[in-house]
Amino acid sequence: MPETALDLTPFLLSFKLAGITTLILFLIALPVAWWLSQTKTRIKPVVEAIVSLPIVLPPSVLGFYLLFALSQNSPVGSFLETHFGIKLVFSFTGLVVASCLYSFPFMVQPLQSGFEGLNPRMLEASYLAGKSKLRTMLNVALPNIKPALLSGLIITFAHTVGEFGVVLMVGGSIPGETRVASVAIYEMVENMDYGSAHLYSAVMLLASFSVLLVVYLFNRRHKRHLGWRDD
Amino acid sequence: MIELTLQKKLSGGPGAMVLDVSLSVAEKSFVAIAGRSGSGKTTLLRILAGLEKAGGTIQVADRIWQDEETTLPPQQREIGFVFQDYALFDNMTVLKNLLFVRKERELADYLLELTGLSTLANRYPATLSGGQRQRVALCRALMGRPRILLMDEPLSALDPEMRQKLQHDILRLHKEFGTTTFMVSHDPSEIYRLADRVITLEEGRILSDGTPMEILLKVHGSQKFSVSGEILEITRADVIHIAIIAIGQQIVEVVLDEEESRLFKAGDIVRVNTKAFAPTITLAEERNSI
Repeated sequence: MPETALDLTPFLLSFKLAGITTLILFLIALPVAWWLSQTKTRIKPVVEAIVSLPIVLPPSVLGFYLLFALSQNSPVGSFLETHFGIKLVFSFTGLVVASCLYSFPFMVQPLQSGFEGLNPRMLEASYLAGKSKLRTMLNVALPNIKPALLSGLIITFAHTVGEFGVVLMVGGSIPGETRVASVAIYEMVENMDYGSAHLYSAVMLLASFSVLLVVYLFNRRHKRHLGWRDD
Repeated sequence: MIELTLQKKLSGGPGAMVLDVSLSVAEKSFVAIAGRSGSGKTTLLRILAGLEKAGGTIQVADRIWQDEETTLPPQQREIGFVFQDYALFDNMTVLKNLLFVRKERELADYLLELTGLSTLANRYPATLSGGQRQRVALCRALMGRPRILLMDEPLSALDPEMRQKLQHDILRLHKEFGTTTFMVSHDPSEIYRLADRVITLEEGRILSDGTPMEILLKVHGSQKFSVSGEILEITRADVIHIAIIAIGQQIVEVVLDEEESRLFKAGDIVRVNTKAFAPTITLAEERNSI
């Protein structure tokens, strides 16, 4: 009978992965979302479709392609390994790359719809005040989409924590390196260690609920602060 | 002088039309732009501001804002723009809305003082009334000390009393800042009070251009009195017919003969003229001191 003591390493690994992914994605998704919200180009639907692909693709498909692309046998994988000494498959760095691809739409979409919901004349007023597009995005647009911004950050974080298929394919289950909480639980169930699986799952459930509750509480308070009626 | 010659194909509304406008406007004048919705008024202002592209040239004094080779972006056009829906920065207080344009605290304080907003300086736009918001928008538009002030139906969402207050503010600021002002408006009394020139657009072209007196006062020949109204109903009373006509907020009766009663029908927009009597006026309510 295996012990059901709570080893926190998989959780810490999950949160570390989610934190790093969220931070990187915020920086990458912000300009993409802004561009998509402002552009009138005809190829916008194509770009939107590519951005949204990870939502529709089975994680195993994405994981398979990534495994294929990042392995030492592929040009990308061998280039990175020989020139930078970076090994992406079955490593934490590889997990970060995979998570960024997998969670990309979950950061872009809330930001984009937040930007698209802004009064275009508010942005024009900023241009007429002599402010550049970058300044307008940072000082006018971004502060006015706080709920969308928070949604994007939290959903990306939560989605990365909840990731399983891609992580398993690209990272495997190396303790302390790629063995995140969802993979750990899967292994416990496989080994019929239901006691640990229960404990770990309960922790995940509680943590996820708390995070989402905080988001919705904040959104409600933020609306009140802006003077919108809460109905 | 501000010289502009502009062409732009407009879609939307009933079919396509071409905005084709040539104008020469003296600096520091106040130009009202009138015309039906869809006639190109807003587009004209937006092209002037650099927010929309169009063919043609715009020259302001000795500076070219637009010609075949160059198009100045809105950022470089010394323009203040007041939008119909205020378009304030919701994440900033009233004072910060002004200071975002230019970090000149004295000017901001002065403008807020002038428009009676000093006590609201630290409030957020969402907590203000429509009239207060539009006054903030007016102050914000002037923070950059613009050469040209553009206003797109700035008062149309406000009640009559607030309109009058703001008309007063607009005129005062226009004079004090020496701006050349273009204002889209549908309200004849507003145009008469503020503008020294009225341009009427129809389907993208200039229909009339003159002083408010020439354009708005539609009395011909020996007519003493002429107003336009809408026939609500024509009823028969013995041998005569009576037309019930709405003139602004007022309802009046006009007697028609048999032939006239066949000429008009309910819904017609008509002019009510009289030359036999000179109208007299009396005070309808106490004067308020605006």
